[in-house]
Amino acid sequence: MRASIFITCYNDTLYPETGRAVVRLLERLGVTLDFNPRQTCCGQMHANTGFRGEAFSQAKRLVRLYQDTETVVVPSSSCVAMIRDQYPGLFEELGNEQLRSDFKALLPRIYELSEFLVDKLGVEDVGAYFPHRVTYHASCHGLRALHLGDRPYQLLAKVRGLDLAPLPNIDRCCGFGGTFSVKNGEVSSAMLAVKLQDVVATGAEFCTALDNSCLMHLGGAMHRQYAGMKTIHLAEILACTEASHAEEFA
Amino acid sequence: MSPSADHPILDPTLAPSFPVGALPVLRNPQLRKNVAHAIDVIQAKRDRLVTEKKDWQALRTAGSDLRAHTLENLGAYLQQFESRCTANGGIVHWAADATEARALILDLLRQENASEVIKIKTMTSAEIQLNPYLEAGGVSVFETDLAEIILQLGEQEPSHIVVPALHINRSQVREIFARRMGLKDLSDDPHALTAAARTYLRRKFLDIPTAISGANFLIAETGAVSVVESEGNGRMCLTLPRTMITVAGIEKVLPRFQDLEVMLQVLARSATGERMNPYTSLWTGVTPGDGPQRFHVILLDNGRSSILGKSTERQTLKCIRCAACMNGCPVYRQTGGHAYGSVYPGPIGAILTPQLMQMHHAQSLPYASSLCGACYEVCPVKINIPEVLLELRHQVVDQERHHFSRFFDPMFLGLRIANVLFSRAWLFHTAQRLGRIGARLFTRKDGWIHSLPSVGAKWTQTRDLRGLPSQTFHEWWAARPKEAK
Repeated sequence: MRASIFITCYNDTLYPETGRAVVRLLERLGVTLDFNPRQTCCGQMHANTGFRGEAFSQAKRLVRLYQDTETVVVPSSSCVAMIRDQYPGLFEELGNEQLRSDFKALLPRIYELSEFLVDKLGVEDVGAYFPHRVTYHASCHGLRALHLGDRPYQLLAKVRGLDLAPLPNIDRCCGFGGTFSVKNGEVSSAMLAVKLQDVVATGAEFCTALDNSCLMHLGGAMHRQYAGMKTIHLAEILACTEASHAEEFA
Repeated sequence: MSPSADHPILDPTLAPSFPVGALPVLRNPQLRKNVAHAIDVIQAKRDRLVTEKKDWQALRTAGSDLRAHTLENLGAYLQQFESRCTANGGIVHWAADATEARALILDLLRQENASEVIKIKTMTSAEIQLNPYLEAGGVSVFETDLAEIILQLGEQEPSHIVVPALHINRSQVREIFARRMGLKDLSDDPHALTAAARTYLRRKFLDIPTAISGANFLIAETGAVSVVESEGNGRMCLTLPRTMITVAGIEKVLPRFQDLEVMLQVLARSATGERMNPYTSLWTGVTPGDGPQRFHVILLDNGRSSILGKSTERQTLKCIRCAACMNGCPVYRQTGGHAYGSVYPGPIGAILTPQLMQMHHAQSLPYASSLCGACYEVCPVKINIPEVLLELRHQVVDQERHHFSRFFDPMFLGLRIANVLFSRAWLFHTAQRLGRIGARLFTRKDGWIHSLPSVGAKWTQTRDLRGLPSQTFHEWWAARPKEAK
């Protein structure tokens, strides 16, 4: 199988290890990968802050970059939610017929990472090894916009050595919300404080998710507070094997 | 607890922006505990009763369709309501805005020679700031809903649309009652508190022959008005007085009596977590010898018809004021209602208030959400609140983007620059490299950024940021051995 990866702007800049893990994981599963270095951003930040024209031009750019690819895999639930939930409205209002039909053809070929693994490849056991206590944070967009449901748990359940700690109040937002985290920095911090109490109380060593934006938020507070926990993208857990674990987590 | 010192004035034209209004609450442990506790109790009840209802999603769809259909044909249904209500002996008035509605009500009270009036809990009257207007006009107003009594005697503003005193706990209620009712030895036992309220209320019910209500629903088919409540104090106001004046937003109409079947089911479960609310009152015009003998309905527009004309925003008017969105909102859970500076707080308030203000005020409210979508998920009439929030954010940006003052605003400037960078990969990659060099200035030896200037300080006030890695993903990909690709 062939797939193109859209790594997203902040993973490219801030969390390249997530992108590298996606590559390691998918190649191990026999997928031939393409990466278009011209990719930048899906437009979510602009769309969610009210800059609709700017969001449209980024959305259009993304469709043009990926319209000829077979399958697109994205390791970020909120970027996929942006594409599925907001692109149709943007293109309806600002796009032309050609763009709308190109997008319509592309949309069913875009997968969030856990969707790609479980739905498209049909695998749950990806041969991963991660001997740690881990809790899973269900990012709001993955939970409510993409309805990822059990997929992340199915994948985590098959990771050898992994001890999954259930997270209470799993459906409660961590308070990131993109520019919300600075526009309403204090309210965002109050939400984060409450979320972090739940996360820390699980006794896990790692908090994982399918979105590095929530993890940047949670991880930033963990580091500030010496909480004794780390964040890790689910792709990095799934990419981890006995050999790589010894190297990276020894 | 003094009223105005702790809380901003609940008038979106005067209130501070949401981030500023939230600060005193975030620093008040008692208030945050009260709000979170009350909400957790309601939410747990609501979740249980929604889960037991196997056809809940079908009910939501029915409620949503019903409200959407009504709004599509609002003019016709309002006229039908007017003619049926009038035929049954009611008198229907139309008010374009708050000023007209208040003047009308004061005028009607003067015709009755009323110097006192009792009230059933109504958010619409709070929206038009009716109480202070009537008091200034020489009419003493007495709330009869228990929570509204607490607020009125405590000189506080509502912080929730269904449970308006949810930010106050019972020891605070005891303090208010003891002080205002002269009951030095009152205990904070709930029975003692309700007994005190009952004694206070009984005299009002017996002495005051004029009442004001809102409406949960207006039935076009029959001309009936419906109020749902938990305490029965509303029922007292609907039976004892000679004159009833109802003020209702024009969106409150339902086509048929049988539509209540759907609406009452979704409302009670969503609002208070009950299968059915304890008191459902319906009255149609005037019935000789039974209940009020003079009945006025004021149909209030106050910005609603301008919302009706906009395709995305129109769904705001589907709201049946159940407050499930605020109970489910992680933002409201931290801030409570007063931070919103409006009688309509929470997610629905964040979209309704700026629209009622014609987008001239309350522009921080569309941003008072992390867009987590919990509000949409619980809404019994499927208002896509995040979608409306985004539409309103777009309108705010469009209004402000050409203001000179916004040109150097870090957020506006940053997003403009980001848009240019995202449009060309080579520009984006150059910015990444420059950013990596710039970030070194702020990165400590542990590899993390602990403090940033300007907008960044809003992040680093409570969160660290990992320093920028030495290699981006695309640089790593480009450096991979060819055969690996």
